[in-house]
Amino acid sequence: MTTASTHSAPHDGHGDDHGHGHDPNLAHHFHTMSQQVGSAKLGMWTFLATEILMFGGLFCAYAVYRAVHPEVFLFGHYFLDTNLGAINTAVLLLSSFTMAWAVRAAQLGQTTLLVTLLMLTIGGGAGFMVIKYFEYTAKFDHGLGPGSGIYITTTTTDADGNEVTKPQYLISDSAFMAAGDKPFAGEITPDDKAQLDEAIAYQEKYSLGKKHGHGEKHGDDHAKDDHGTHAHADDQADHAAAAGALATSATARALPTDYTAMALPTNGSFGLSATFQETGIAGDPTTSAEIEHGSHTPTTWYTLTERQQGLAYQFFSIYYCMTGLHGLHVVIGMGLIGWVAWRALRGDFTPEYNVPVDLVGLYWHLVDLIWIFLFPLLYLIH
Amino acid sequence: MSHDAAPIDTTNQWTEGESHGDHDHHVVPMWLLVGVLLLLLFLTWVTVAVTWVDLDAMFHVANLNVTVALGVAVVKAFFVGYYFMHLRWDAPFNGLILIASLVFVVLFVSWAILDTRAYDYEVDTPRTVRAVQTQ
Repeated sequence: MTTASTHSAPHDGHGDDHGHGHDPNLAHHFHTMSQQVGSAKLGMWTFLATEILMFGGLFCAYAVYRAVHPEVFLFGHYFLDTNLGAINTAVLLLSSFTMAWAVRAAQLGQTTLLVTLLMLTIGGGAGFMVIKYFEYTAKFDHGLGPGSGIYITTTTTDADGNEVTKPQYLISDSAFMAAGDKPFAGEITPDDKAQLDEAIAYQEKYSLGKKHGHGEKHGDDHAKDDHGTHAHADDQADHAAAAGALATSATARALPTDYTAMALPTNGSFGLSATFQETGIAGDPTTSAEIEHGSHTPTTWYTLTERQQGLAYQFFSIYYCMTGLHGLHVVIGMGLIGWVAWRALRGDFTPEYNVPVDLVGLYWHLVDLIWIFLFPLLYLIH
Repeated sequence: MSHDAAPIDTTNQWTEGESHGDHDHHVVPMWLLVGVLLLLLFLTWVTVAVTWVDLDAMFHVANLNVTVALGVAVVKAFFVGYYFMHLRWDAPFNGLILIASLVFVVLFVSWAILDTRAYDYEVDTPRTVRAVQTQ
């Protein structure tokens, strides 16, 4: 008030703006600091509304595609690591907490604490991005890029001599995951071929076998097999040809639905929850834990229709769009918090003037809010 | 002096009813911040735990799992907005802006979903077949 009183003659009416005096940070077109803060917050909230509307477009795309192809989303989400998603949620919540605390510190004029808390908040954002990096690279390593689909197409010639292109098998298939969890190199190596044969043998043994009640004898299965138009005389040749036929014929076969692969948050490799490991296809169903799947039709690659298999890329496209735009916001938020921390170090903020901390905090909380919705929608599909 | 009289009245909308002592922005007590954080972490655990149970089958309600998951997310969002984002102590108009934007997102998504399957028949059925069927 002493500083205000020295200038009181030209600014008579400001004397009673509840004791703030004339702050040098008060812009000339505002009458009081509180009016300035109110206007700034109004502007920030309007900006946040446009942010919500922008993400709204992506949520809309998500809702429409999930409504049309729920099986594709259920299947696709098996490839997200629920543990990492939950940890990231906690990390963002913690950084939101440190941000809210930082605003409090700014209001109370605790500059050292303010800078510390802002740095901790940046650390939270960095932790989030590092975990996201591991998740993204795990997916890229398994050929699950944005829009690239999770199958490869092969072209075969049918009985009439026409070329038929169809998805052949899942790159991150159980057989591959179990046998070393290695990235798909872009072409089928002899090694892959051997593993695929192994998977087929498994299918023969446990699915056809269970269905027909005699799982041990390979030849008997073929005899009972209803797609018997192939020449069954040469069992070995047929076995090799089955590689191409696997994806299509698998849907016609009886799959081990009572030992199916349902998502568990704990299985699968780091950054990629390949749920097929827990039960059924990759392991021995007689020794694996049986999982309650309730009323749901268990979803595996082979229970999807061919069309649904071809649409699996939709889930990953939407996943990368939503988490990518969100991640961009995290990076921008980290930059803004860094800027505010630098200003705090410079001593810009006082209990009267700290609105930049407040506004950047609002932005950071909005980033957290959006993740609060992204996490259950992408990682926790049931 | 006289030119100040009217504008000062308009500034009161930001301070009256919100003011707690000298500062127009409320200082949130630490116990409240910590409490909200713990609640948010607990709700995160809840939303993960819900996926371990098949609520749809248990209560014979379609899409109950996703409904519960989104409900938990809305509760979490409320606590972040109300306490961390200071909406509880802020000018009510800021909250109104937030709610309005959410309403428009819901409208957008709802109408888009309504429209999604609206033309399946026309798309799937050849025009000639439709012509015969409508005769």
